[in-house]
Amino acid sequence: MSPSLLLFIILAAMALAYHLGRKRAIGVAGGLKKINRLHSLPAYYGFYAALWVGLPTLLLLLFWAGLQDHILTALTLAELPAETMANLSEGQLSLLVSDIRNLASGNLMGREPSAEVEVAAAHYLRLQGIANITLWTLVGAMALAGMAWAWQRTTPSFRARNRVESIVMILLILFSSIAILTTLGILLSVLFESIRFFQKVPWTEFLFGTQWSPQIALRAEQVGASGAFGAIPLFTGTLLVSFIAMLLAVPVGLLSAVYLAEYAPRAVRTWAKPVLEILAGIPTVVYGFFAALTVAPFMRGLGESVGLDIASESALAAGLVMGIMIIPFVSSLSEDVINAVPQSLRDGSYALGATQSETIRRVIFPAALPGIVGGVLLAVSRAIGETMIVVMAAGLAANLTANPFESVTTVTVQIVTLLTGDQEFDSAKTLAAFALGLTLFVVTLILNVIALHIVRKYREQYD
Amino acid sequence: MTMIVEASAVKPANLKADHLAQDQSTTTTVGEISSPNPRMVCRDINVWYNNNHAIKHVSLDIGKNEVIAMIGPSGCGKSTFLRCLNRMNDTIPAARVEGSITLDGQEIQDKGIDVVPLRARVGMVFQKPNPFPKSIYENIAYGPRIHGLTNSRAELDELVETSLQRAGLWKEVKDRLDAPGTGLSGGQQQRLCIARTLSVSPEVILMDEPCSALDPIATAIIEDLIDELRQQYTIAIVTHSMQQAARVSQRTAYFHLGDLVEVGTTDDIFNQPKHKLTEDYITGRFG
Repeated sequence: MSPSLLLFIILAAMALAYHLGRKRAIGVAGGLKKINRLHSLPAYYGFYAALWVGLPTLLLLLFWAGLQDHILTALTLAELPAETMANLSEGQLSLLVSDIRNLASGNLMGREPSAEVEVAAAHYLRLQGIANITLWTLVGAMALAGMAWAWQRTTPSFRARNRVESIVMILLILFSSIAILTTLGILLSVLFESIRFFQKVPWTEFLFGTQWSPQIALRAEQVGASGAFGAIPLFTGTLLVSFIAMLLAVPVGLLSAVYLAEYAPRAVRTWAKPVLEILAGIPTVVYGFFAALTVAPFMRGLGESVGLDIASESALAAGLVMGIMIIPFVSSLSEDVINAVPQSLRDGSYALGATQSETIRRVIFPAALPGIVGGVLLAVSRAIGETMIVVMAAGLAANLTANPFESVTTVTVQIVTLLTGDQEFDSAKTLAAFALGLTLFVVTLILNVIALHIVRKYREQYD
Repeated sequence: MTMIVEASAVKPANLKADHLAQDQSTTTTVGEISSPNPRMVCRDINVWYNNNHAIKHVSLDIGKNEVIAMIGPSGCGKSTFLRCLNRMNDTIPAARVEGSITLDGQEIQDKGIDVVPLRARVGMVFQKPNPFPKSIYENIAYGPRIHGLTNSRAELDELVETSLQRAGLWKEVKDRLDAPGTGLSGGQQQRLCIARTLSVSPEVILMDEPCSALDPIATAIIEDLIDELRQQYTIAIVTHSMQQAARVSQRTAYFHLGDLVEVGTTDDIFNQPKHKLTEDYITGRFG
């Protein structure tokens, strides 16, 4: 009598309802030859019946699944002796509840259950049986009622198609709002934790302090446990790494886009473009160890050979590898924008005797510039949010420096180190991660909004 | 479909022997292809798009200070022929052009010929107005800048002004030269494109259905302009409107499925066409 069996039965009932609804519509019309008397095609009457059978029962099932445990637990606990309940703390209570549930499902391991728990578990099981029977009865009744309703509504003049289409539209709206609501949920959860953080640490210190050392002393005499939350070194580190990345990705991506869009013969384009886009498909963790194990030692060796002191975990190595990762973003977006410049502009320029390079520099590039800027901004927000490469290659030391040869740390790296491992969720150290996440979210959101705005403005120009 | 069969099968009886009769033309052109005072001379032009033979053995002169109109049903090759005259077909990878085209006696078809000065001498105005997304001033100044025609800002200002004046646009835009060219009306944009073409002092102006995207009033203004420009320039215009061809041109060439069927003075073509296809087209029986 599991919920999945019930789900399956509901789906089967929907199929049956479809069939019945369709048959009924044909019957009402007076046979297959006269179905043009119906307002809609017979299948729509079938869908209408299926929706009436399926939607209410599925909704019921959903609510039931969400609420059953809570209600049953509350009922079971109400049966427990009052003096036992009074002595329990919140933690002990939840332990007791899980004991009861585990015993009811026969999963209680290792411990001999107390008499109380056994009684409660038996009670729980009995309640569960009642609930199940109620559920099945309700589902059956609702399905029958839905079918009867649809059956009775099926007349030749009934606008089944319009009804079905409006129900489908509502379903589509529901599904599309899932993504939006999820974003909102993430934002709110980060926001609330950040507010808790800013109650412990003033936001001025967080945004303008230059000292980042999030370890909080467990003992008063502990060394190096100052607990400073000035995020400036993280911001500058993020900016430095992103800047190095863009320094590599923008020229390389842009010039390869110009080549692919304007100069490359069709044969070259057909294989070069996918190859370039493979770069976007490499997992960032692979880029990470490429940066940490190949590029960083190479950079250090190169630095030594010319007398420069380059750290093993340098901003330069992380930035360069991140730049390589971002090249396909820049080139792919720029190429699309360049291709979107109307051929008539090229023709107009050529017809005046302009060469190809003059046409690109003076006509195509200015026309495509807003879109290219939009693409670059999207790439910047990607660079700022990138985590794996910097975790592996940029280091953890929060140095406030603009020297690319030194080790820096970034916002994303700090979030990772603050939240991985065993952490208590009420210390400023852990909550700082949420404040950093919020900052990151706001910055990339602003960048994306600007980028999308620019891209849209550009599109209007030619459509 | 019956007309298509006829086009290649019919050999008109009243053929005039011309000096190209030895060429293996599928259809021999009726009428006088040569001009007493030619600016451009095209002989035996063939164009292929991949394997599609778009222009077949076309020979035609374009005389100095005349407006020659090219008419014919859609897909007849008139625009393709026009694009041969400034080698714009080079920009289409699939296109292949054969034959001889001279401008003032100089061959332009050789691969060694630089298209940059050629296109400055043979300008082109397109079907859809295509101003650059720049200011009105910059739209006109673009050509002179890339060709280095002026030495100072004052000279450039003057060139922009005279170009706009010749295109009859100066009075309308002189107070807003910094406004974007794309913000003008369709007819103004097309005159801006004509002014842009005039700015590099071409000898020949090719116009590919320059009024097809414009309303009747804007069309009338452009047609008057074409008539004025004839004093200084040679103009070849492709048009779908036979009334327009009759109004603006001195000579008319009728194309059909890649063949140049008939050439003659505009009066003759419209009043006493010699070839049956020409007659059918201009009397509106097909096209």
